[in-house]
Amino acid sequence: MVERKYIIPIAMLGIYYIIENVDEAFNFNTTERRITYMKQTIYLDNAATTRTRPEVVEVMIPYFTENYGNPSSVYEFSAPCKQAIAHTRETIAKSLGAKTNEIYFTAGGTESDNWAIKATAEAYASKGKHIITSKIEHHAVLHTCEYLEKRGFEVTYLDVDEYGTVKLDELKKAIRPDTILISIMFANNEIGTVEPIKEIGKIAGAHGILFHTDAVQAYGHIPINVDEYGIDMLSSSSHKLNGPKGVGFLYIRTGLKTRSFVHGGAQERKRRGGTENVPGIAGYGKAVEIAMASMEERAKKETELRDYLIERVISEVPYTRLNGHRTNRLSNNANFAFQFIEGESLLIMLDSNGICGSSGSACTSGSLDPSHVLLAIGLPHEIAHGSLRLTLSEENTKEEIDFVVEKIKEIVARLRSMSPLYEDFMKQTR
Amino acid sequence: MYTEKVMDHFQNPRNVGEIENASGTGTVGNAKCGDIMRIYLDIDKNQVIRDVKFKTFGCGAAVATSSMATEMVKGKTVQEAMEVTNKAVMEALDGLPPVKVHCSLLAEEAIHAALWDYAEKNGITIEGLEKPKSDISEHDEDEEY
Repeated sequence: MVERKYIIPIAMLGIYYIIENVDEAFNFNTTERRITYMKQTIYLDNAATTRTRPEVVEVMIPYFTENYGNPSSVYEFSAPCKQAIAHTRETIAKSLGAKTNEIYFTAGGTESDNWAIKATAEAYASKGKHIITSKIEHHAVLHTCEYLEKRGFEVTYLDVDEYGTVKLDELKKAIRPDTILISIMFANNEIGTVEPIKEIGKIAGAHGILFHTDAVQAYGHIPINVDEYGIDMLSSSSHKLNGPKGVGFLYIRTGLKTRSFVHGGAQERKRRGGTENVPGIAGYGKAVEIAMASMEERAKKETELRDYLIERVISEVPYTRLNGHRTNRLSNNANFAFQFIEGESLLIMLDSNGICGSSGSACTSGSLDPSHVLLAIGLPHEIAHGSLRLTLSEENTKEEIDFVVEKIKEIVARLRSMSPLYEDFMKQTR
Repeated sequence: MYTEKVMDHFQNPRNVGEIENASGTGTVGNAKCGDIMRIYLDIDKNQVIRDVKFKTFGCGAAVATSSMATEMVKGKTVQEAMEVTNKAVMEALDGLPPVKVHCSLLAEEAIHAALWDYAEKNGITIEGLEKPKSDISEHDEDEEY
């Protein structure tokens, strides 16, 4: 008779034996079969969000369980919460070369962008009512600007070149005596293009105009120093750098007139009321710490994988182009346009193979218009509709990329075989 | 986001292809909106649709509605085919997300365009068939924000 305590280990050995042999019997030696067999997800949408690091989650847990006090309370019980917030604020300030009282926590990048633009517009309206931004900003900036346009402000949306780079001479020409704010993103979320932020900061500074940058895709991935770059306000979101969702910050340079954005509490120097998201802020701090320490190594690894992916797709899938600049782009971003096919179909088919990507076309989000970014870089509508954004992380492997490339080739060929545009094209070239 | 039937018709579309010397072909939609559908009909002397093929550039719903619409008109007379409306196609697919309803309109329009081509070539009139619009698009009214 086997003793009870041995039953589970023996059973587990049995299961292990079966799994081992199934593996052998079916000879899962190709990447494709193994991945299908394991029902593994290949996550290539790190510009949408990232996996919260286990170390980050670990740091957060005590602020749900033991240290649940309200940081605004006077008793000793809340002290660890106050400390956690102060610690993250210091970590972030240090990473940017800023002062701690210049960092304001928000609920994320969108709120930070809204705050920066609306509050500046309001505070500086007596000086002027003109704002300059670009055509390829995130909607958090574009829709906020449109909101202000309906309320008496004038906005210039700068054109970009074929790679998505803001044209500096156009920026200079757009400046007027009543320009109060320039808001240009640090790096584009769709095509990964890194903007000439230092030059823009210089131009803004020389004209005494405030400069805000949406650094949601760049902070934690590219070194940023606010003084060196002449940045007056900067938005960031925690979940784009392996932190938790629902927390972000806005850097506001000392001396700026800043209006409160959320009223009703003394938090964040009375500028942003509401009990702080303590676990989120604690996790954010840890995520920033790791991101800053590992930045160089990560970028190197991601760049290698990205270049491998780009090389293979461009050379192996005909009638395909890379959107954005070949080298001046985020280390993890690849964005392709496949002629004659539509992005959503491609995404669904990739999804059924366990691959998470995203389309430059906003089709899936309920709008039928193709990406404003792809149109701004000059792509015709039908090509803009056939785009695919893949954003890597350091956790991706070459094996995964190989599998993804094979699937892309297969799916693109299949969709083209049923595309009337491809049919017409082939008849013309015949 | 899509029903099982939509996914099935998207992933295993029926009647994809071309028909050489088709009795009628129709292409509707435009690349700007992201959908183009082309339908080929092979119609016999008794005005029965013997065969039908399609090609579509578009999203999952566009492919699925094309596939379903071709299945629904196959074997029918041209007059019966007129009863295959966008609503009927949508119902057969167990529904579409609201933003994709225009895809079913496009499918109906593509069938009509192919029938129109057939009618013109043969100098006949099909009851209830109007000259098709080549362009179907719906524009959402932007809500105030």
